Amino acid sequence: MTVIVDLFVRREIGKVVYRMLITNWIEQLGKYFHFLGMAFSKPDKWRISGRRLLTELDTLGVGSLGIVSIISLFVGAVMTIQSALNLDNPFIPKYMCAYVAREAILLEFSATIVCLILAGKVGSNIASEIGTMRITEQIDALDIMGVNSVSYLAAPKIMAMVIGVPILVMYSIGIAMIGGWLSGIMTGLLSTEDFVQGIHFSFKPFYIIYSLIKATFFGFFISSIAAYCGYYAKGSSLEVGRASTRAVVASSITILTFNVLITQIL
Amino acid sequence: MITAKGITKSFDGCLRMNGVDCEFGTGMTNLIIGKSGSGKTVMLKSLVGLYEVDSGEIMYDGRCLQKMNKYERKELHKEIGMLFQGSALFDSLTVEENVRFPLDMFTNDTYKQRSERAHFCLQRVNLDASCYKLYPTQISGGMQKRVAIARAIALNPKYLFCDEPNSGLDPVTSAVIDDLIAEITKENGITTIINTHDMNSVMTLGEHIVFIDNGVKCWEGTRDEILTAQNERLELFLAPAKRARFGN
Repeated sequence: MTVIVDLFVRREIGKVVYRMLITNWIEQLGKYFHFLGMAFSKPDKWRISGRRLLTELDTLGVGSLGIVSIISLFVGAVMTIQSALNLDNPFIPKYMCAYVAREAILLEFSATIVCLILAGKVGSNIASEIGTMRITEQIDALDIMGVNSVSYLAAPKIMAMVIGVPILVMYSIGIAMIGGWLSGIMTGLLSTEDFVQGIHFSFKPFYIIYSLIKATFFGFFISSIAAYCGYYAKGSSLEVGRASTRAVVASSITILTFNVLITQIL
Repeated sequence: MITAKGITKSFDGCLRMNGVDCEFGTGMTNLIIGKSGSGKTVMLKSLVGLYEVDSGEIMYDGRCLQKMNKYERKELHKEIGMLFQGSALFDSLTVEENVRFPLDMFTNDTYKQRSERAHFCLQRVNLDASCYKLYPTQISGGMQKRVAIARAIALNPKYLFCDEPNSGLDPVTSAVIDDLIAEITKENGITTIINTHDMNSVMTLGEHIVFIDNGVKCWEGTRDEILTAQNERLELFLAPAKRARFGN
């Protein structure tokens, strides 16, 4: 009898939790699309939005060059060394190491991993900036003036990331290749000729387009999710921290999910 | 004139404002007073449309806020200036850019005209020109309030809302801010509504006072009537101020 009651109670609790989770998720999704609708409504002044777009490109795009360079250089180097060590076989030509490193960098590292890193750096930056504006009533001040605060704050950031992330990804590919080449010649595992032959071997230009498509989507998700989390932050400064964490977690999960979907579609 | 008719507002089932009716006259300083947590800020934010009321009507010179569409509300907001409790200046803009911001957004004036207007507003609030290029974090709290007033009046608003304009300020600076609000109200014939629990402000500015307690309007009158008013809740609220002024 106790077991039956226990099972019944657990099932009921399960139903309630399930309902709450699903309802909350659908509500958040609806709010997110409404937010996007407001973000892409006509701006109050095109000139000011254009100026803000340039500022955001500088802050979010150019400001991320440093971290992207360092990570790409070292990951490119490690990938080449790992490939060279694991493909140490007389039947496998040396240039295959560079080929393997190129494929990994082009298809996954530069598009997905760099975007995950950007989700941490840029995502938390956007969420905390907008979240702080929310709790210090700066967003209320914009609304009171009759300014579309979502369009004014979020749209330039989203556009800057949609434009900037594909450029950063291309840059990351280049730096990772340089890292791979440097590590190959410095460790003596690969010669320059082997490396160049490897990165030319069986090259499909579509992989670049594939990387760019992924980068564009990921740039959009990172910025829009972060802006959304920051915009709806409420309460104290503690909530700004929570909003940043939520933004990074949500955009990382979205990137990983869409990575699977886009890979399957393309 | 701004009229509130039976406005009610609740958050998560908790009633914060219950059927408040009041009228705020043009060209005068109207005060909403009450202890902390009594619903003053909820009322002010409901009046400007930052919170949607659950029931009741808010009329701006005969125009009902609740019946306005998105564009009409936007036009109304251009007629509103608001001074927030924490000033709410934009951190990324300089003092001058903060004041010029509404002009940049909503006027087609030349840069020179907009700058002149911004300088005029900053001079009006007696802010030294050496501060114009500084960022809000580089100036004092009193100066920030003055910049916020300058920004609020940049577009020549018809309605001015001030949420606790004296919070965090010393008595001398508070008096300066109070005088400034009173002067601007008279000069421009603005309908000004101020949220405060500072009795000095009440006695200086209170041409029309609404006392709110637990989200209910308990008393309405002028500064001449407030000290002799026969209202139990108001007397409780005023007791510390009376003790300080007249002793036991």
